Amino acid sequence: MLDGADGTGTALAMRIVVRLAQAMDATELLPVSGAHIDSCLYHGASGLDFVHRLVDGAARVRVPTTLNVSSLDLLHPELYAGDPVEAAAARELMDGYVALGCEPTWTCAPYQRQNRPNQGDDVAWAESNAIVFANSVLGARTHRYGDFIDIAAAVTGRVPNAGLHVDANRKATVVVDVSALPPSLLGASVLYPCLGFVVGRRCPGQIPAIIGLAGSTTEDNLKALGAAAASSGNLAMFHAVGLTPEAPSLHDACQGVTALATITITAADIRGARDELSSTADRPLATVSLGTPHYSLAEIGRLYELLAGSLIASTVAFYVSTARETLHEAMLHGWVSPLREAGVIFVTDTCTYITPIVRDTTGLGMTDSAKWAYYAPGNIGVEAVFGSVTECVRSAIAGRVVRSDWTWSDAS
Amino acid sequence: MLPEGATGRVMVDGSAAASVSVLATPLSLWGGFDPTTGMITDAHHPQHGEVIAGTIVVMASGRGSSSASSVLAEAIRLGSAPTAFLLIEPDEILVLGSVVGHELYGVTTPVLIVAPSLHAMIRHGHPMTISPGGTISGG
Repeated sequence: MLDGADGTGTALAMRIVVRLAQAMDATELLPVSGAHIDSCLYHGASGLDFVHRLVDGAARVRVPTTLNVSSLDLLHPELYAGDPVEAAAARELMDGYVALGCEPTWTCAPYQRQNRPNQGDDVAWAESNAIVFANSVLGARTHRYGDFIDIAAAVTGRVPNAGLHVDANRKATVVVDVSALPPSLLGASVLYPCLGFVVGRRCPGQIPAIIGLAGSTTEDNLKALGAAAASSGNLAMFHAVGLTPEAPSLHDACQGVTALATITITAADIRGARDELSSTADRPLATVSLGTPHYSLAEIGRLYELLAGSLIASTVAFYVSTARETLHEAMLHGWVSPLREAGVIFVTDTCTYITPIVRDTTGLGMTDSAKWAYYAPGNIGVEAVFGSVTECVRSAIAGRVVRSDWTWSDAS
Repeated sequence: MLPEGATGRVMVDGSAAASVSVLATPLSLWGGFDPTTGMITDAHHPQHGEVIAGTIVVMASGRGSSSASSVLAEAIRLGSAPTAFLLIEPDEILVLGSVVGHELYGVTTPVLIVAPSLHAMIRHGHPMTISPGGTISGG
């Protein structure tokens, strides 16, 4: 491939894979069975320069490859309030990746699709929340890949045999104990993004083994935990003992290594995370944004239970970001029309914190996502308030931020 | 100031000479850095508002989103990128931005890994020179 026999695009992709292998001290390459591409999000003309090199050099992906969110909602283009010139460039970038043979899935949660990697599969995934989910919850193996190497791996079908593809590099390096938290928090979905935020901060470069989480913990809970930890830190993998596939026991998670340091999480830590992710600015509530990472079918169903039949305040724009495939499934369940009647605006193919969709960025933006609360202030200039999905729904109906004291009263 | 003959492990080789930006906490270029201004925009970062374009950025590790490779390549295109990176923990995402910046625009942005003991000797604002092979002086 390096010599150009497969075209100059494939040769460029192979040079990138080899340069990364050298940087990682890997002496051999490994085949991958799939890839997930983050490079399709527009960051400037360099992205177009790169994809044109690949397309013009006749490159094609060799393995099934999904695409992450882009800057545009192709199903609801009227939501985009940005510069039309930039939108055209973003569309050109998207078309470039489809031309390379990638599936136009446009989601940051490819693990919510029916076709997803199995335990032990080597894949090349980019997008920080997808990386942590693949490694931790699916037990698939991906290193923390970024833009460019994602498509280079898809085109060559190869990655360096290094990092999280190697057994020994997947063992827990620190223990995080949540068993001292009050039952009201351990049973609440709002725990997970807050815990993820704390774990990301306190465990940089580590693989934590979390002990004490409830047996009822769902994939959606672990998604929120991982996404938050990958935002506040550089977490690429965690073990949830008794819940995730490589951690039937703490001994398994640590691969037999004992005497690791233990971090004990307190209710004050969880409340502190909520407060750090919540602006105290005295402004009206203008926006509620759910679905970062993209809402699952179960999360849309839960929102339907909480919101259908009510009416969101006319002063609040209420966004739910999800995959186009998930929105279609939710329609088949009959959830979408009632939610739209309540005032919900569904966003697909993109997300409200990476592209100009939120109309009023002067008011507060409330979210159930620690990732959105972390990045939206820098990206779109909104003051964020983090809360549970119940708090978000009650606040949207009331037209002002409403807290549910029962969850947080134990967390002081 | 680093002792004479100080070296780092080379992730991306090359030379650089610039003043040093020591970052108190790791920065994610995506969501934390504006390639049109070269400025730190992460509201949670203690050096929010500081310009790191054209400096040798010294930080413990990379952080956050995997889009940081694209932001670095875009900053290289615009001429607003740091001149080099010195890290304690290897960061492949910065390496990829540097490699693609070189493929597309012919600009070399060295990425080196240094021991924590050397890292601690580097002072914010001091001049530093990186030579091919990973030799570092000044700082």
